[in-house]
Amino acid sequence: MRKYASVRAFRDRISFLIDRKAFLYTVIFLLFLGVVFLISVGMGEQLFSPWKAFNIMLGNGSSFESLIVQSFRMPRILISILVGISLAVAGAILQAILRNPLASPDVIGITGGASVAVVLFLAIFSNESNALTVSIHWMPLAAFIGATIVAILLYLLAWKNGLSSFRLVLVGIGLWALTKALTNLFMIIGPIHQAAQANVWITGSVYGSNWSNVQILAPITIVLLLIAFIMTRHLNIQELGEDIALGVGARLERQRFSLLLLSTGLIGSAVAFAGGIGFVGLMAPHIARKLVGSSFGNLLPLSAIIGAVLVLLADTIGRTVFLPIEVPAGVFTAAIGAPYFIYLLYRQRNA
Amino acid sequence: MVLHSNKSKLVGLIIGVLFLILFNFLSIILGYTNITIQTVIDAFTNFNGSNEHIIIQDVRLPRALIATAVGASLGIAGALLQALTRNPLASPDILGFNAGASFAIVVALMLFSVTSLQATTWIAFGGATIAGLLVYFLGSIGRDGMTPIKMTLAGAAIAALFASLTQGLLVMDESALEQVLFWMAGSVQGRKLEILLAVLPYLAIGIVIAITISNKINILTMGEDVAKGLGQRTMFVKLITGLSVILLAGGSVAIAGPIGFIGIVVPHVVKSIAGNDYRWIIPYSGVVGGILLLMADIGARYVLMPEEVPVGIMTAIIGTPFFIYIARKGGKLA
Repeated sequence: MRKYASVRAFRDRISFLIDRKAFLYTVIFLLFLGVVFLISVGMGEQLFSPWKAFNIMLGNGSSFESLIVQSFRMPRILISILVGISLAVAGAILQAILRNPLASPDVIGITGGASVAVVLFLAIFSNESNALTVSIHWMPLAAFIGATIVAILLYLLAWKNGLSSFRLVLVGIGLWALTKALTNLFMIIGPIHQAAQANVWITGSVYGSNWSNVQILAPITIVLLLIAFIMTRHLNIQELGEDIALGVGARLERQRFSLLLLSTGLIGSAVAFAGGIGFVGLMAPHIARKLVGSSFGNLLPLSAIIGAVLVLLADTIGRTVFLPIEVPAGVFTAAIGAPYFIYLLYRQRNA
Repeated sequence: MVLHSNKSKLVGLIIGVLFLILFNFLSIILGYTNITIQTVIDAFTNFNGSNEHIIIQDVRLPRALIATAVGASLGIAGALLQALTRNPLASPDILGFNAGASFAIVVALMLFSVTSLQATTWIAFGGATIAGLLVYFLGSIGRDGMTPIKMTLAGAAIAALFASLTQGLLVMDESALEQVLFWMAGSVQGRKLEILLAVLPYLAIGIVIAITISNKINILTMGEDVAKGLGQRTMFVKLITGLSVILLAGGSVAIAGPIGFIGIVVPHVVKSIAGNDYRWIIPYSGVVGGILLLMADIGARYVLMPEEVPVGIMTAIIGTPFFIYIARKGGKLA
């Protein structure tokens, strides 16, 4: 069997080269995501078998069953998937432009920037009765702005005759601490302080997602994802390093900047709806890279799917295993992700 | 380095102590309830049970003293850690001590219902020790030994790990959240004098150790090989230094919760004033640390009047630019 299959259409005007192995892994993980999806739909205080869950989704259940599935579980599951995809793709892009496997959006403060913006947004645009005075549609934009500000700050502050990736991580850790402090500060100022929700949201949870959230998040994620796939060739060049990228004629800084904006957009929209679900942006691209190598045409789809699986699994476990208590998904992703980060650090010990 | 001769350093230290006393005094009179100097003097010489006198004796005075003790301990702990790890970014919070102690206390409170002050203090020591050792170990693996960058990254990862575990435990038990949240924010406000008195012996021992071994630390900072060549038992010195750090950092966390960045800022400020001799750096760090935390605490009362900002937030906002500045300098000692 050859390693690649080629797909050509419109008299060879459009052609793709498909890496068979990557394609296989992508399909396998897609199926796995489907299985987790069905199990997650069925899990909860009302248990359904995956097959029954599938039937209910097709509309063959009692009105009570379809209420549970359609109104309560589905939006939450969809948000988990969208958030997982966004974080994983953003992480993969960041790792490419920063050329640093440790560049997780959480550890370098970008997620934190989005959190600050969201808490500030809630503090400014809330009236006495804790109701929002502007449409919640603006929240992803606020999160995006927050994430972008931190990303640009990070870039500027770490710049010193070029960008050393370790300096970047160190400056990022500093910014992370600052965003944590600012988030706490704005929580005290704003009405979100009263809500016990705040603590859960900061940890990262998709609790209480509804269809209107899905309606806002889905188009954003899909559009950004498409842009990411179109830009894969630039990503591949970025990973070769500055000199080679310049040598092959890439407009390095401009591409790097637009890629940075792309990843902050993904992170911002994810954080706006799920808070800081940590370490997904670190783990998913790493696992994907282990399986299919670092060509971004293969890497991006697979890490998106793995990200979705991670968040969905974490949320499903969090809302079912410890009933009646709900554990935020972010607790699980951090509990797995932080040791993974340490392991990466250990592997890099002689680098 | 501003001060060169021993005489000028001594004068500087005395001026520092005077400033420390001044800020203690300011900490007592400034705040939501404004208090005149005369009332303060009256509250101690001729207590009449009035509202203001009670505020001074039960609220303002403990708060000022606790800020002084915690600030001094964190400053000295930072100086010792930076010498021990030869890492200018080292401080109790960056290396995960605070997160470890917080986690241990939450576990003890929730799973074993430990509430006694003494037990909490020891548990904080335990947590700080475990986290510190983990970070030390992780930061030292590899061929090139302990580098500032590896150490900082390991600290960030361990801190994130413990923080998420703590968060997870707290979400499961909301009544515990209420008990702990106040403490977790990192504040010197609303703590009784008894808390300070219970922990003070450990802090005092830590400080005495630090001052006693300061000349050994001078030799240690020349590098392991040189120190060994000069006949120092480096392992012993490191262990004693570590013990002192744990007493100081763990004790501070037990009193005030996690307060960041004092330990990183203070030693750098001190070195620019008093040079690189640890016999001076240790006492100076104590004094400057106390002043810095008192200042941050007074500031925390005015940012959001009439509400108060936990002082941990203030120190983070002041300290981050400093941290980034040092990181940009490429981890060279000041």
